[in-house]
Amino acid sequence: MPLVDLEIIGQGSPQVSDQPVVTARSRGLVACTRCTRVWPMGQDFCSRCGSALVSRHTRSLQRVWAWWAMGLICYVPANIYPMLRTRTLFMTDESTIIGGAVEIARHGSFGVAAIILIASVLIPVGKFIAIAYLALSLRRKVSMSSHARHKLYEVVEFIGRWSMIDVFVVAILSSLVQLSAVASINPGPAAITFALSVIFTMLAALSFDPRMIWDNPEESHP
Amino acid sequence: MVTVSAKIRESSASLVPEAELIACPQCDALYHAVPPRPGERALCTRCHTVLIQPRKGAGLRVIALAVSVMILMLGATFFPFLQVRVAGLHNASSVFDAALAFVDGPMVALSVAVAALIVLIPVLRAFLVVYVLAPVVFDRSPWPGAIAAFRLSETLKPWSMAEIFVIGVAVALVKISDLARVDYGPAFWMFAALVVVITIQDGYMCRWSIWKSLDKEARK
Repeated sequence: MPLVDLEIIGQGSPQVSDQPVVTARSRGLVACTRCTRVWPMGQDFCSRCGSALVSRHTRSLQRVWAWWAMGLICYVPANIYPMLRTRTLFMTDESTIIGGAVEIARHGSFGVAAIILIASVLIPVGKFIAIAYLALSLRRKVSMSSHARHKLYEVVEFIGRWSMIDVFVVAILSSLVQLSAVASINPGPAAITFALSVIFTMLAALSFDPRMIWDNPEESHP
Repeated sequence: MVTVSAKIRESSASLVPEAELIACPQCDALYHAVPPRPGERALCTRCHTVLIQPRKGAGLRVIALAVSVMILMLGATFFPFLQVRVAGLHNASSVFDAALAFVDGPMVALSVAVAALIVLIPVLRAFLVVYVLAPVVFDRSPWPGAIAAFRLSETLKPWSMAEIFVIGVAVALVKISDLARVDYGPAFWMFAALVVVITIQDGYMCRWSIWKSLDKEARK
């Protein structure tokens, strides 16, 4: 089968094509995922950029699950323990992630409460589900097409970093609001577990080899 | 809108030298690497990942933008970022202070991580890009370690979180707006500009062209 041409576009969006493509693997080549150069199968390192060459990271799933589990374990205390300790003259207030968002919503800032809930609850939980689904979908038949699953992977990879918002908010508040006895804000233990959870799930997404999504031919064109 | 749809090419992979092939890192589709004209993009027909994206004079522009990232970050890190006023008390905080917010107690690691994510990694990436591109733009052979430097810069890409920090600032402002009066310091605007510059710089970088220009064999 001959090679397909690259799709060249000036402006505008790409066309959806269901044309079958030739893969590097089917030609006995291994692609460098860093610099896109191809090499004969069996070469271990890319001679251009020095990255390790693997046709498919078949064992990468173990790594994905390991990071995924670490992320999930860290996510539990991140929701139970307080994220912020606010001390004012008369009281000390400890708020968790969800508690803090509810507090903001009660003050009428629904937009900001929504940002926090989306970044700290919806995105992490969605990410756990999405990564697990993608990893499981490689082993069994699923109804979602390869195109849709690849889109899901791209979304997970792009959006995962944004969960760090809450950690940065805690960092900003704790450095800014240090006004001796009147008011001070300090980070709670959840800040560190939440940051770890975000980092671990990012590593899980980065360990996933998206090329495996496309490997099963009858699934890629349902 | 110029859209040239994909058409089957007569050439067979076995006839094309490996150096002229390109494989999509996302879906392993193999193509004959034909660079598009400047301003156009070459996409993977299957998963629409942008594979080649040459721009006229991109190298020099990327260097200029990377240098401005370094300068802006220097200012943005140490000038006051936000100022807070409560009952006559006043406190100003820089990005540097924010990064060091967790220094007390067991959270030092988090402080290091925050400093890395919002200051060190963006600056390091800018520096690496200048190091890699400066000789290439002036048609010299790459400086030693350029390949490792660009690889590191690419690896660090998802960990550069300056833009997320800016949104974090907006959220933080609302959170304390009824506790205290908050004003922006000069560094806030520097940081906002920084995020825009980083985004433009990334848009100008064509990874394929850069790797090609670093290719030792191709340069011989």
